Amino acid sequence: MKTIKEINEKIKKGEVVVVTAEEVIDLVRKKGTKKVSQEVDVVTCGTFGPMCSSGAYFNIGHSKPRIKVGGGACKLNDVPCYTGFAAVDIYLGATALPDDDPRNKVYPGEFKYGGAHVIQELVAGKDVRLEGAAYGTDCYPRRKLETLINIKDMNEAVLFNIRNAYQNYNVAVNLSDKPIYTYMGMLKPNLGNANYCSAGQLSPLLKDPYYRTVGIGTKIFLGGGVGYVAWQGTQHNPSIPRKENGIPQAPAGTIAVIGDLKQMSPNWLVGTSMLGYGATLIVGIGLPIPVLDEDVIKCAAVEDKDIYAQVVDYSVNYPNCVPGSLGEVNYDQLKSGKIIIQGKEVLTGNLSSYSKAHEICEELKKWIKKGDFILSEPVAPLPNANSGYGFKMLKERPVLKKEE
Amino acid sequence: MVSKRIVLHFPHRLVNQPIVYRLVREYDLQFNILKAFVTPEEEGLMVLELSGKRDNFDKGIEYLKSCGVKMQPLSQDVVRNETKCTHCGVCVPMCPTEALTIDKQTRKVKFDNKKCIACELCVKICPPRAMEVHF
Repeated sequence: MKTIKEINEKIKKGEVVVVTAEEVIDLVRKKGTKKVSQEVDVVTCGTFGPMCSSGAYFNIGHSKPRIKVGGGACKLNDVPCYTGFAAVDIYLGATALPDDDPRNKVYPGEFKYGGAHVIQELVAGKDVRLEGAAYGTDCYPRRKLETLINIKDMNEAVLFNIRNAYQNYNVAVNLSDKPIYTYMGMLKPNLGNANYCSAGQLSPLLKDPYYRTVGIGTKIFLGGGVGYVAWQGTQHNPSIPRKENGIPQAPAGTIAVIGDLKQMSPNWLVGTSMLGYGATLIVGIGLPIPVLDEDVIKCAAVEDKDIYAQVVDYSVNYPNCVPGSLGEVNYDQLKSGKIIIQGKEVLTGNLSSYSKAHEICEELKKWIKKGDFILSEPVAPLPNANSGYGFKMLKERPVLKKEE
Repeated sequence: MVSKRIVLHFPHRLVNQPIVYRLVREYDLQFNILKAFVTPEEEGLMVLELSGKRDNFDKGIEYLKSCGVKMQPLSQDVVRNETKCTHCGVCVPMCPTEALTIDKQTRKVKFDNKKCIACELCVKICPPRAMEVHF
């Protein structure tokens, strides 16, 4: 048994033993969970995939004379931001698109530039064009604003992603006879390919399946800088059926994360275009798992062949919310490059970069070993599998028109 | 026997001439058209796999040059922007010729442009748009 406090003492003394989520698998195979739980203090996990519910808020500073873009309009490089706050606070979502983007009018739309691309350019230190429009008040008389702005000129620039790091995900296929364009990539007709999106055995929430060590306030690697778990992510769904090893068999837990965008890097926040679907942000997240006891290491040592995902049809079933899996495959099979679905051999592609996730594990390991990254104690747990917390579909109800 | 994949650029005045037919009849060359189109500037572009005996092949190439057809080897055409590629691998099942594969050890995406036939299927489906076309 170890505490986070004890592990932090070791980090400060330079005596901490850190291994990646991949290394721990081999170690446990050689030495067993008991020995490894005594020898290892921290296991680093990582993931690097498209995460649509990402975005950043900014305080742009006050112009002279003052303008209240709050309740008005504001764009960064033509991409509209949300302005429903005070005078100069704005939020830019990863999937926001310029008003004149043709979307899917020319099908499949290319979505070459959206909020995610603006975020990446800001993080890279590039100037962006800010346009503001306001209705004018006695205290904020200005109506229009157009200026270049740089991230370093802003008072705050904070990445705040309301759902990231999905614990497991679907394997997407297309049973129809036409190509379809989805957030899981282009899916060729008649089971032409199978796309998945997870770092599998490196993925943070898959290595701590019951959220024993991760909670609200956990310090993480976020976009190349330091961030924190702010809350459970939206659609957090811990009650999904699990295998004996505790791993959910379908998309389950999620986290909301927050961190200072100014210290992040464009290598780990990448603006992305999903053909026929939209713009999104690839986010790099790394999570340290403190090895509190043998159970923690048992979970952290789970490998690809023991993590299962469901194969889901995205031509009819997914869009129409028709439940049903075409089968279950593990990440070892997915990584082999082909799986068998309905008797057919289907090539697989991953949307989430395993090699980049691995780099994140190594980077976070380096930070902890150097003493630059002290672990934090979570201040509250995430809703767990037996909490009753779950995910609901929208129940539509008729809106009754008032009679004249 | 020589076999090469080449990109032919036909100037406007040659677009309606039976150039490939001559390659077959006069020089006994085999061809496989991988791609062909006329660009808005009315320049014809054709990607050919051309094969035949060495001296016939060379004569055929000379013939193309004498007509004013510009040529370049195919491998120059689809280029991976190494700083943009995140090595996710979603392009791998899209590639019809296995020019894009995953290295089983490093899990990085390998691009073998000798195998690339410049179909461009990978270009628009690449999430960070790392595959670029340079004709």
